[in-house]
Amino acid sequence: MLTLQILANGLVLGGLYACIAAGFSLVWGVLNVINILHGSFIVLGGYLAFFAYVKLGIHPFVSILIAAPIFFVLGYALQRALINRMIAAPVLLTLSLTFGLDLMLSNGMLYAFTADFKKLTLDPPLGVVSLGSIVLPVDRLFAMLLALALTGLLYLVLSRSRIGRAIVAVRMDREAAALMGVNVKHIYAMTFGLGALMAGASGPLLAMIFPISPLSGPVYLGKAFVICVLGGLGSVPGAMIGGLALGVVESFGALWFGPEHSVTLSFTLLILMLLFRPTGLLGRTGYA
Amino acid sequence: MRKSALFAGVLFALIALLPLGADAYWLRLGTTVLMYGVLAMAWNFIGGMAGYPSFASAAFFGLGAYTGAVAQKLGVPMLLAWASAGTMALLFAALLGLALLRLRGHYFAIASLVVAEVLRELVNASTDLTGGGMGLNLPVPKDATITSQAEFFFYSMLALAVVTFAAMLAVKHSRLGFGLRCIQQNESAADMLGVNTTMYKVAAFVLSGVFVGVAGAIYASWVHYIEPPDVFDVLYSIKAIVMVLLGGAGSVFGPLVGAALFLSLEELVWRNYLQVHTGVLGLMIVLLVLFMPKGVFSLRMRRKGRA
Repeated sequence: MLTLQILANGLVLGGLYACIAAGFSLVWGVLNVINILHGSFIVLGGYLAFFAYVKLGIHPFVSILIAAPIFFVLGYALQRALINRMIAAPVLLTLSLTFGLDLMLSNGMLYAFTADFKKLTLDPPLGVVSLGSIVLPVDRLFAMLLALALTGLLYLVLSRSRIGRAIVAVRMDREAAALMGVNVKHIYAMTFGLGALMAGASGPLLAMIFPISPLSGPVYLGKAFVICVLGGLGSVPGAMIGGLALGVVESFGALWFGPEHSVTLSFTLLILMLLFRPTGLLGRTGYA
Repeated sequence: MRKSALFAGVLFALIALLPLGADAYWLRLGTTVLMYGVLAMAWNFIGGMAGYPSFASAAFFGLGAYTGAVAQKLGVPMLLAWASAGTMALLFAALLGLALLRLRGHYFAIASLVVAEVLRELVNASTDLTGGGMGLNLPVPKDATITSQAEFFFYSMLALAVVTFAAMLAVKHSRLGFGLRCIQQNESAADMLGVNTTMYKVAAFVLSGVFVGVAGAIYASWVHYIEPPDVFDVLYSIKAIVMVLLGGAGSVFGPLVGAALFLSLEELVWRNYLQVHTGVLGLMIVLLVLFMPKGVFSLRMRRKGRA
């Protein structure tokens, strides 16, 4: 029975992980840019939810709707103004650029919000739900469902909408897409905006479960890396599978080896995956 | 080559005169510059010459620091402890290189980036040997004064910098250096023309690890106290790269110049804007990447990010 409970915990965690990684994977897959800012965007989204709840009484589920457009605009502007200039540059330079921006953002947050952990506690609490012998906190369950819904929505946008098809087209062949009349710079910015939106929107969800601190940015970023490699880079289903897999692996890893080894376990998994199956568990690359 | 060696000899001789007219503060700054100079020069082997975006410096640094510190704690004399740290970094880099250097572009960058994280967690968890999160204290010599200590570690770091520089100069003008430049320009073609790419890349990776490992061990003895988040800090990797970019990877003096320039700026920022110094550091990196195409593009890092 313990096994079932841990599996359930892992899947709940994994749903959230999928949401963290989907936007990161999108940016990496389409722009070929590793967005080091992603983790800090998540934390900033968490702060937004925290202050919206504490100061204005806005429920975190609602503040997702506020965070989404803000982060989209922020991401779009950032890509249009700065990152597009470096888009064709070598790996090291784009990585350094987003790393530098991340230092600025995380230092800014440290300055503005201090390093104290902040915890968003719902009042009244939502309680727990029991399914047979499995007990799950309702807020976690809802957060996971919303995270999966957001990830699903991203999948629909990419596969159904005009802008989504343009993003996929640019990912497949930039020159051909440009010849077909796609404004590549605009599409790049839209992609980065969508990635930032996913990060900003998963912030409030994570804020309901984990304490918020400017120092958690790198932790989320590390998870996004592992998930991308696990599930295969640049696909929403890949991020979904990778996220769920990491959630389950971390939960069982904590049981078997102790929670202090969860980072070692997930990063060892990452290196092994890179070496033996770099296309990810689903075994395909490409955005669709 | 002879001209560079001569110029370097004069430069290092001038640096060696620093303790004559400097107090402990300037000696500390000088030691720091030399340490980062070693990190930047060592990164140049794998990043500048072979064109592999390695973020493993922090892993080598931390590994060296802990090997040296644990050895000293077990009673090994200081110099021998430093040597064992170098040996450990050498072996680790060789094994790691054989595994990771099959990856390219972003994938190699990420894999090398997480190595430091894994080592940090392992050190954190093995409390018996390393003290875990409590950190590790190193013995302070009884008869040492502040000035004699500062001078000793300054000269130790200077010696390491001279050795690293000599190795860089020798490799640059050797068959190995030529092979590495071929790998940077087109690895498949180099392979086809008979360059043993695997061996060359591993050699470059080992060179990028061993000096950093020794630097870590000297650092540990110098500051007398280390803890995992301090010595496995990813900023060691990042700063080394930024310094090479700043100084320009083409020249043999680039890494040293970059280290001196970067640390002078950082010291100014740190002194005057303590609360926001990492933010200002970030801004410097952004400006460097965006507006210094010359120092930056002389690197010609490989463009094959997509695998």
